[in-house]
Amino acid sequence: MANKLTLGIDIGSTTTKLVLLENGKSVYEKYQRHLSQVRQTTLEMLLELKKAREIDKLSVAVSGSAGMGMAEAAGLSFVQEVYATGEVVSRLAPDTGVVIELGGEDAKVIFFNGGIDERMNGSCAGGTGAFIDQMAVLLDMTVDEMDAESLKATRIYPIASRCGVFAKTDIQPLLNQGASKADIAMSIYQAVVNQTITGLIQGRKITGKVMFLGGPLYYCEGLRRRFYKTLDLTPERAIFPEYALYSVAMGAAMYAGDAEELSFDEVIRRIEESAKTEKKRSDRLPPLFENEEEYADFVARHKKASVPETDIASYSGKAWLGIDCGSTTTKLALIAEDKTLLYTYYSSNKGNPVELVREQLAHIYDLCGDRITICGSSVTGYGEDLIKHAFHIDEGLVETIAHYTAAKHYQPNVDFIIDIGGQDMKCFRIRNGAIDSILLNEACSSGCGSFIETFARAMGYEIAEFAKLGLKAKAPVNLGSRCTVFMNSSVKQSQKDGASVEDISAGLSSSIVKNALYKVIRAASPEELGKNVVVQGGTFYNDAVLRAFEKELGTDVIRPSVAGLMGAYGAALHVMKSEKSNILSPEELSSFKHESTSAICKGCANHCHLTINRFADGGRFISGNQCQKALGIDKAEELPNLYKWKREYFESLKPTEGGKRGKIGLPMALSTYEFAPLWYKLFTELGFDVHFSALSNRATYEKGQFTIPSDTACYPAKIMHGHMEELMEKGLNLLFYPGLTYNVDEHAGNNHYNCPVVAYYAELLKGNMEDLQKVHFLFPYLSLDSERQLVSTLLPPLREVDKSISKSEVKKAVSAAFAFYEDYKSALRAAGSDALSFAKEHKKRVMILAGRPYHVDPEICHGIDKLATSLGFVVVTEDAVAHLAPVQYVKVLDQWTFHARLYRAAAFACENENVELVQLVSFGCGVDAITTDEIRSILESKNKHYTQIKIDEITNLGAVKIRLRSLLGALEERS
Amino acid sequence: MQDKYFIPFTEQMKKEYTILVPNMLPMHFKLIMSILATDGFKTELLETSGPEIAETGLKYTHNDTCYPAILVIGQFIEALQSGKYDPHKVALIMFQTGGGCRASNYISLIRKALIKAGFDYVPVISFSLHGIEDHPGFKLSLKLYHGMMYAILYADLLMSLNNQVRPYEINKGDSAALCDKWIKKLGLELGTQRISYRKIKKNYIEIVKSFAAIPLKKEPRVKVGVVGEIFVKYSPIANNDLENFLVSEGAEVVVPGLYDFCLFFVYNYMLEPKLYRKKIYLYPLFKVLYKFLCNKKEDLAKAIRANSSFDTATPFDHVAHMAEDIIHHAVKMGEGWLLTAEMVELAESGCGNIVCTQPFGCLPNHICGKGMMKPIKELKPDVNIVAIDYDAGASRVNQENRLKLMLANAKKIMLEKEKNGETQ
Repeated sequence: MANKLTLGIDIGSTTTKLVLLENGKSVYEKYQRHLSQVRQTTLEMLLELKKAREIDKLSVAVSGSAGMGMAEAAGLSFVQEVYATGEVVSRLAPDTGVVIELGGEDAKVIFFNGGIDERMNGSCAGGTGAFIDQMAVLLDMTVDEMDAESLKATRIYPIASRCGVFAKTDIQPLLNQGASKADIAMSIYQAVVNQTITGLIQGRKITGKVMFLGGPLYYCEGLRRRFYKTLDLTPERAIFPEYALYSVAMGAAMYAGDAEELSFDEVIRRIEESAKTEKKRSDRLPPLFENEEEYADFVARHKKASVPETDIASYSGKAWLGIDCGSTTTKLALIAEDKTLLYTYYSSNKGNPVELVREQLAHIYDLCGDRITICGSSVTGYGEDLIKHAFHIDEGLVETIAHYTAAKHYQPNVDFIIDIGGQDMKCFRIRNGAIDSILLNEACSSGCGSFIETFARAMGYEIAEFAKLGLKAKAPVNLGSRCTVFMNSSVKQSQKDGASVEDISAGLSSSIVKNALYKVIRAASPEELGKNVVVQGGTFYNDAVLRAFEKELGTDVIRPSVAGLMGAYGAALHVMKSEKSNILSPEELSSFKHESTSAICKGCANHCHLTINRFADGGRFISGNQCQKALGIDKAEELPNLYKWKREYFESLKPTEGGKRGKIGLPMALSTYEFAPLWYKLFTELGFDVHFSALSNRATYEKGQFTIPSDTACYPAKIMHGHMEELMEKGLNLLFYPGLTYNVDEHAGNNHYNCPVVAYYAELLKGNMEDLQKVHFLFPYLSLDSERQLVSTLLPPLREVDKSISKSEVKKAVSAAFAFYEDYKSALRAAGSDALSFAKEHKKRVMILAGRPYHVDPEICHGIDKLATSLGFVVVTEDAVAHLAPVQYVKVLDQWTFHARLYRAAAFACENENVELVQLVSFGCGVDAITTDEIRSILESKNKHYTQIKIDEITNLGAVKIRLRSLLGALEERS
Repeated sequence: MQDKYFIPFTEQMKKEYTILVPNMLPMHFKLIMSILATDGFKTELLETSGPEIAETGLKYTHNDTCYPAILVIGQFIEALQSGKYDPHKVALIMFQTGGGCRASNYISLIRKALIKAGFDYVPVISFSLHGIEDHPGFKLSLKLYHGMMYAILYADLLMSLNNQVRPYEINKGDSAALCDKWIKKLGLELGTQRISYRKIKKNYIEIVKSFAAIPLKKEPRVKVGVVGEIFVKYSPIANNDLENFLVSEGAEVVVPGLYDFCLFFVYNYMLEPKLYRKKIYLYPLFKVLYKFLCNKKEDLAKAIRANSSFDTATPFDHVAHMAEDIIHHAVKMGEGWLLTAEMVELAESGCGNIVCTQPFGCLPNHICGKGMMKPIKELKPDVNIVAIDYDAGASRVNQENRLKLMLANAKKIMLEKEKNGETQ
């Protein structure tokens, strides 16, 4: 009998793998990156196999996300990849408890103990291998280099693990602040581990041996170490089989045993033929240019928009230097007295902007010689503080003002400026010569320039070439306007459908434009933007993006020839008043040295991770701090801050001791931030010692992250798990977090609901935190509509706890509790009034940092309140001022108590000259998708600025600072 | 608090305007529209599809809004812009569930989008049992509600039979053709004749018999239940044609009907006074209504059982108590406890393979869907649930790959059961 040959073909998102089994034994294995040329690569590999071995007949099965369509079209059997892995492992290593497999874009976990359970990451979780690749690019390293570097790490920074876009926003400032690459690399791995835990393990216990599979885990030692450490694995419990890379292909080969036998040539023929029949799934858009003429017009039109240059070699006189140290690129512009350009520079940061600026400065000094004197220097962008300190730059300028200065110089009547940089998107509307509203992209949609660039590189092109190809696209692919992770898979899909590089380049350009228009600007028509639109930022050098923008908008726009340098150019223009500069002299520059170390601030419980930069002249620059304490400054004058007031109030609710009914624990999260005084008084009156969990920090979240079932829920909800853990650790056996479909009725809207998450999170906790079975977790559904209703809804569950509790006792307690809660509200409002009068008296601006009550949690608002006071704002909460404005008539159903306060707070801001409103929005908050537009329209109807800050697990304060400073800058300019 | 952008649908409009209906559940909506016609309403079901719908929606509403809102808005505005209708002679209708989920804001979001698109004069009717808004031209009599109840029962029946027959039919298209035939016939009856329960019961029997007469080849197929957020669960535009995909992959689809969702509301109303010690004088009335509605469903089930071997839906009262141990009946936002209960019910009735669909970032489903999977698994260790998020930008391959994993496991479970069955 002839030997039975079975072939498994695994086509993942980045690689193709082949495994040939002979009577169930592996005899041939091959691995190759396919660069999205799926079919071609597979055929090449098959032909190679054909050369290597004499094969007559064989059975074939295909697996992998990218192989699905091909298998179908070729009439070959297909096996889902996780299923394939499950098969292999249960046959070859039956004592495995859990498999963790990270692939190019997917992450999978399979549990074998207690019923097989196979899981894949959700569509938001983003890639893993692709994520590591992207991060390596960001660090300007190869994946291998990054791995080697990670082994030298000494500390871990928190990096958002939700998706690549988020992580980038965290990593970029770390790089700019000079954190070591080794530490960042290790932190990236930790982020991957955390993502696997929250996204996939989701509360299931890891028991037995853990098998690690897939490329990233195979290649990255550092990643494996983080998994061992986090999952607390001993070496005996971790398995790395030799088939780690080939497990899916091997599973497919085993599965192929049941498939029909074909001749090898037939297999090849079918795959070749499949090109014709495979279903096309992606949509196409019209081309960017209908014909050559249109293109010629376009080129001629934009040529007109250039800034004159002056030859630096022949110029002598005064000059001013502008530096724009952005998140991914650094730009410099040196201008002459007539505002013409003497010298410009544009380069990617390569992970070390300080060194880059030093080099450039030295070069500029060389070019200047004795003829040119630098009379002033200004720096803007993410790296502003660092560069300013390092080189003694005269002025630090917030980006928005820099950009506006440049655009205004260029087009005095500019109505709208859109700047798309490497990492962020800034749009501002100009009204009456001042910045009227500022729109910045949220961390989630920041798929800007760097995204196209990463993609171009992944496909083997330089960005300029890639853009050029896009212009020639005949049928650009329609990739939608979603976050980059989604786009990533859409691009892969279109590649499979045979889209050309041209079509993909043009499609990506359209996506970016749609993001800008519909996600950031939220415009439906070009009229909304005004007549004179200036587009700038490095991304607009890309003609395909520029053209896509014009097409989507249906109108022509102006792109200055220095589009990418507008920040630097604006900074230079802005500092032209200066006569003498303090910038490091050529001599000082030649002895310039810079080193950075990391430390943890012991100033308060936040324990900020600091990066300390030391310069040769003894100068020091500290970053990473949330407040001024780390800098050794104890502000003599501390401005009123109601966030702080509230936190202190909640911390003052200390448990009484020796209560006759024992202890009860309440998580200080979600609705407790509103009702803590109520429950505190109620239970104290009833003879309980009331223990709240402490205000959160990062560790609180990490403590609970293992039991979170839905990773797209908001951070304030997810942190709840940690609070419950903490209460149980304290040994509390009776826990309380009520179900509150209805909030208190403040008679300010159509109804008084809570959002579903606040209302019902207790159900989820009970269902997913096993340890809660061991304690008495009380979550009755209560009504706060009246004392009577609270008494009658509360009595039965209380009796469950202690039969001796009588109705009259509860009545008395409820009465006292409501009074205590009212006292709290009065005190809060009084504190609000005090803050407002303080501001008036001292001529300070007031910021209503408007969100939900739970946003005062230090881990949720990430110290934004402190940042605001450090910028000179008196900070009040929405609930401290909402009662000062009438109930608002809004265009949406005003049915949530917490949200109705927001509308009134906005109205209050409108009535008061010195009051601004900044809205905090938690990522994933569905309700705020509704409130934000309303609050904006309330504010804008009275010509107020609207500022929104999206916050999540980790929030990069650098971006927040830019936003708040822009607001401040715009306010100052207006007055 | 009536908002100032509210444009009432007047009695004059009732005579002149065509009301456009979004596409969610074509069979149900067609029958309901026939009922509305008896009272003089002119309605038209929008049957457009394609990526332009979502794109138009994204243009006119906040991109983080739930996907169903984006689709409904997109479909409406696309229709208004198409030139097919005189925008001054159309009104829009959307059902409004009310409650703490943001879905109760669809109406407001549609209005805001209309303003943005320059159609601020187009009236939007909220169709809800609560009577949140006052439209003089859209007052429904008890008679109409009565008719709608039968429309939903009929459509649920057709949907269920079609799901049970279509995958096995020998002549492709038999079942679909039969559905069309019945929708036409029933629509005509409901739209023109006085409601007679005797006639309706006779129709039940005829429908069941007509489906039972379709020639089938019995082949083993895995049963897959589809539950989730109401719009995404039913609408093929929202769920990328989920039902057809599952059938083409060798499954028989089981989709709980719309009638239960209506009962869910009545049930919650009934519970409210008890739960929160509210004084609601209509309480006894709700009890009577609940009983009445449950009986109607049971009558239908009896007709099916007596005349065929088709599966029948579990009585609502029974479904309601299935998940009581893992989720409280107070959880009423969105699909609330019913979603969890439906999953348990599916598992109980031998359909442990479940797709739980939701729009990306659906708030109630954090709790009632994804949040309940662990407890459901503890209760029913055999279940094989996959949660799929739908969104304008979600990759279809990604979704299908996850569905394929669920199907692969479903087939494995089926084979194992067969094997065990043989050895026993």
